[in-house]
Amino acid sequence: MADFHSGAREDFYARQRSNRRASFFIILVFFLLFSLIGLSVDHLYLDSFSRGGAPLPIATIVALVVAVGIALLSYYQGGEMILGSLGAEGLDLNLPEHRELRNIVTEMALASGAPMPKIYVIFDPAPNAFATGRDEHHAAICVTTGLLAMLDRAETQGVIAHELAHVRNRDTLFMVLVSVLFGSVVLLSDWAQRSFYSSRTRDRLAGPSALLAIPALLLIVLAPLMSRLLAMAVSRQREYLADSSAVEYTRNPLGLAKALEKIRDAALPLGRASRGTAHLFFVNPLRRPVNERDGALADLLSTHPPIARRIMLLHQMAGAGRP
Amino acid sequence: MRWFILAILILAILWVIGAYNLLVSLRNQIQNAWKQIDVQLKRRHDLIPNLVETVKGYMKYEQQTLEKVMEARSRAVVSSGVKETAAAENALTQSLGRIFALMENYPELKANENVLRLQEELTTTENQIAFARQHYNDLVMRFNVQQEVFPSNLVAGFFNFKPSEFFAVPEAEKDAPRVDLSLPA
Repeated sequence: MADFHSGAREDFYARQRSNRRASFFIILVFFLLFSLIGLSVDHLYLDSFSRGGAPLPIATIVALVVAVGIALLSYYQGGEMILGSLGAEGLDLNLPEHRELRNIVTEMALASGAPMPKIYVIFDPAPNAFATGRDEHHAAICVTTGLLAMLDRAETQGVIAHELAHVRNRDTLFMVLVSVLFGSVVLLSDWAQRSFYSSRTRDRLAGPSALLAIPALLLIVLAPLMSRLLAMAVSRQREYLADSSAVEYTRNPLGLAKALEKIRDAALPLGRASRGTAHLFFVNPLRRPVNERDGALADLLSTHPPIARRIMLLHQMAGAGRP
Repeated sequence: MRWFILAILILAILWVIGAYNLLVSLRNQIQNAWKQIDVQLKRRHDLIPNLVETVKGYMKYEQQTLEKVMEARSRAVVSSGVKETAAAENALTQSLGRIFALMENYPELKANENVLRLQEELTTTENQIAFARQHYNDLVMRFNVQQEVFPSNLVAGFFNFKPSEFFAVPEAEKDAPRVDLSLPA
């Protein structure tokens, strides 16, 4: 029992560090994207960089101010924004299922040594769960009522342990940043696209601006795709890691494996989830077929590892755990 | 050359500080984890009289078992120190397990909402004790290993760190570490 998790403890801090680095990196990319979009708008539409144009690169300044605003907002309020957009509600302790959920979360918080997170419920028959919050002191765990109805105690325990592992590994901050920042990049490039097609400035493209038009176009097309690819690439590895940390907490790989099996067989999509929040969830709430495939392309394109593979790995752990 | 020696000296001092701080932090975490276990044990001590009081009326033929639980409880309440507490609490866990097994024979208990609520509370307390103990033991293991491996054992020896005690589990309980006391619906 002792040796199969001591290794995991060792690289626990390494995981936290790498998540902090990834969070910093994504904020950097975010600022770069915003200033690039601002610069190209300045150059193409306002002509700030040639004589006789606007005296200040206004669009760039506006873009940077907006970027700072969004970054701060998503750091401090990102968790609440996501919970709100998914229609999450607090617990009602008069209900026995909610009391049991609170008890299970308390148990797993003790097992992981994390402080008690806030608990939320989404009223939806699709069994799913997610964790959010910028650090373990501001963490929130959210499950659907479908999950509570479908899973027994040991299985729910596995799911909650998985979500708490995301909290402990500091995955949640990164995922929230991806959600909110990705959302705003999409908005911004939509806006750039619209002004690109509608404005009178198109005739001006014949001048030196034409040189910048191509990168600006590329940016408009690629920005959402890039941030999306980033979110997906990191998501898969995180899910496997969270599964193995969950087993470290519950010492019961079969509970989590059974939960995954039940959820896979239920195969219900979650109505309120969107492309911007899909990577947060315990299993992919959107049910795109690519998620169940293996291979390099699937690794690149889907937010979650295939459930079958997760179940198989958990069964392997169960085999290895018994002497 | 002088700079080289100085650099090595500074690195060595930094390493000693790091190793010392790790040991102190682990010791504090262990104390904190022990407090967590303590909280749960107290909660269990508070819940048991409630349960016994509630089921007494139904389980007329099990008065002896109920008395045994209360006895085990009072022994656990007065125990102190890691080893003694662990032994007393394990005895209490076992006698509680017997009550829950016997409760299976009384269908009217399954209909009593108060009993169900107490049962869920005791189930989670049992699990919380198990998980808090697991976390505590993990920390103790890291702490003790840190004191034994070279070279941090030099630091531990110099500052006189002592290995902590594990919260021991009896052999019989190791096979079934999780309790699920919930009645089949």
